[in-house]
Amino acid sequence: MRVRNTFKGGVHPYEGKELSQDKPVTEYIPKGEMVYPLSQHIGAPATPVVSVGDTVCVGQRIAEASGFVSANVCSSVSGTVKKIEPRLLVNGNMVKSIVVENDGQYTLSEGVGVKRDYNAMTKEEIRAAVKDAGIVGMGGAGFPTHVKLTPKDDKAIDYVIVNGAECEPYLTSDYRMMLEEPEKIVTGLLVILKLFENAKGIIAIEDNKPEAINVMKKVSEQYDRIEVRVLKTKYPQGAERKIIYATTGRKINSSMLPADAGCVVNNIDTVIAVCMAVCESTPVMRRIVTVTGDAVRTPQNFSVKTGTNYAELIEAAGGYKTEPEKVIAGGAMMGMAIYDLNVPVTKSSSALLCLSKDEVAKYAPSACIRCGKCVEVCPSNLVPQMMKEYADVNDNAAFEAINGMECYECGSCTYICPAKRRLTQAFVKTRRSVMEERRKAKEAK
Amino acid sequence: MDNNTVKRLNVSSAPHVRSELTTRSIMGDVCIALIPASLFGIYNFGYRALLIILTSIVACVLTEYIYQKCMKLPVTTSDMSAVLTGLLLALNLPVTVPLWMPVIGGVFAIIIVKQLFGGLGRNFMNPALAARCFLLISFAGPMTNFAVEKVENLALSGYWRYGMVAVDGVSGATPLAMLKSGENVNLLKMFLGVTGGTIGETSVIAILGGALYLLARKVISIRIPLTYIATFSVIVLIYGMAEGKGFDINYLAAHLCGGGLMLGAFFMATDYVTSPITPNGKIVFGILLGILTAVFRLYGGSAEGVSYAIICGNMLVPLIEKFTMPVPFGRGRVHNG
Repeated sequence: MRVRNTFKGGVHPYEGKELSQDKPVTEYIPKGEMVYPLSQHIGAPATPVVSVGDTVCVGQRIAEASGFVSANVCSSVSGTVKKIEPRLLVNGNMVKSIVVENDGQYTLSEGVGVKRDYNAMTKEEIRAAVKDAGIVGMGGAGFPTHVKLTPKDDKAIDYVIVNGAECEPYLTSDYRMMLEEPEKIVTGLLVILKLFENAKGIIAIEDNKPEAINVMKKVSEQYDRIEVRVLKTKYPQGAERKIIYATTGRKINSSMLPADAGCVVNNIDTVIAVCMAVCESTPVMRRIVTVTGDAVRTPQNFSVKTGTNYAELIEAAGGYKTEPEKVIAGGAMMGMAIYDLNVPVTKSSSALLCLSKDEVAKYAPSACIRCGKCVEVCPSNLVPQMMKEYADVNDNAAFEAINGMECYECGSCTYICPAKRRLTQAFVKTRRSVMEERRKAKEAK
Repeated sequence: MDNNTVKRLNVSSAPHVRSELTTRSIMGDVCIALIPASLFGIYNFGYRALLIILTSIVACVLTEYIYQKCMKLPVTTSDMSAVLTGLLLALNLPVTVPLWMPVIGGVFAIIIVKQLFGGLGRNFMNPALAARCFLLISFAGPMTNFAVEKVENLALSGYWRYGMVAVDGVSGATPLAMLKSGENVNLLKMFLGVTGGTIGETSVIAILGGALYLLARKVISIRIPLTYIATFSVIVLIYGMAEGKGFDINYLAAHLCGGGLMLGAFFMATDYVTSPITPNGKIVFGILLGILTAVFRLYGGSAEGVSYAIICGNMLVPLIEKFTMPVPFGRGRVHNG
């Protein structure tokens, strides 16, 4: 198998990482109420196990996974449950959430923080610890990690890949963690490797982060099973299918899981969460968030307790330098523009990007000139130009026939399009519509 | 009510950044790449060539503007596509044509070929080439008149009086026509471009310079020109051998440098709208054009074949695309582990 350390297609947007990459992570202590949505992950929403008026402690489980593909939610503060009601999330949905009044005492829940030796634990104990901690993919998708770590056959896993590509512009949270907590990353990876006896560990980092590469190499060199792999810097290198291909030469499509190609992929912060859960009995309660953009006075990286209000983070970063035209939860390529900062930080939040100019607003889409740039950059080897034609007339069948469902909405085609056509937007809409159709067809059976 | 948001924030679907590339910048790049060929045409044929180029461009832009105004459509002349069509049309005309001819050609290209089918991006034939072929069929005489008056003295006075010059006294037949009738041609002159022909097609070196610019700027990919020229070369060589010329490199070189092949391969066949969008489709398209051009040139009645080959190829583009859809990543034959 030829390993290329890169992939075909992709784009090179302005990275913007210099704004925050040299700012060490500082812990942010929340001021206001804490909001814990029951659905911070892919899968069934969690079920609350506390009621209004209950007292909760740091690390206490307040909602329980309601099925295998679901995740627990734990409180990141101590205090009183004030309300259980729908609250706005970054994605624009109103999601049932547990609202906790923070007492500022940070009283630890029993058992949290107890040191454990993963070497003395069985596979089942490790998986249970991951599940209990409510760990989900922290790269953005929020897929429950215990599900990822439970493939059909442990022995069939050849590679455990730690995704440190961080190809999304402006984001520096993974980079900072690689510099500041490399031991936890390596320990987390060793824990996961214990589950898969035949697997090799790969820490994959893009070559625009030489310091992180050095640190990770130094910390991991004593372990034979772990290798640091340097990838070419290109968006979307961090996409799961792309990082698997770049590191192993294996390919998966939309109907496969990484495990089908003998791989397990986890993001940097997820691996740290695994380390914390297994070795320190600490559930997911914090998230590294990059607050950045040219509209922010002091762009920096925060360690934020989940449930913290986004608006507080702007204040913590010195407020606005200039009035922003656009605020994005996440990075510039795949992040979501938000109209209200009154939303909570969740397990998979990664950044708050405040732009003084909304550069997209000035572009009106014009006629497609069939230049084929979208075809050149599509990492999934699709023909976005045709997909858009079908999406525009709501021809879902034709959209599927030309493999539109292989798109994972990375935005490369929209980025490159000289006619400034809103390709990704049309694909998001059509893909949702197709998934809805499939769901209905399944239910009808 | 909401004290977090002082001002209303913009909301839009991701991504929130765009590349610098615009339709205008791409069309502009192609126009820049055609400057060497245009300048050489003006040098080679006199200032009347400039007059034809300007007339053609103005006709195209004005036609598009008036049509869009009349049809109450948004005016899109600023995207430079009409300028490019006008320029390409002029470069495909002999310097001797009367000035109303580029005007008719421009109107035909913009209205009949482009706008009636839905405007930019919707035409199924290259507008400039379709207009050239339209003029060629309608006005065969003037369109094939390459007889440029000889100017004895190349001094400026003569240049301005006639407007048309033949720098090296080349007049009458184009090298390709001479080749067809079995005469000898001067390869160096053909490469430099001091021969007869249409305004923009004669100088191979000027065209290649522009083509290199387009390739460097990644405006065009090498797929179409390369497969086009390679296929054409192979067929010409085989034809040469079958005709008893043996492995005749000079004959091949004359065919490559003569006529509209270079201009066609790099600037017309690569037209985005009328060439396949799929990478493999581009290769099939190039091969097809190579075959058609060779057949038209070697067996056809006229010495030229590029224009007809490309517009025939244009019409097969939807079919080519249908059969060359790329295999998505992770589909097809995959070997994992």
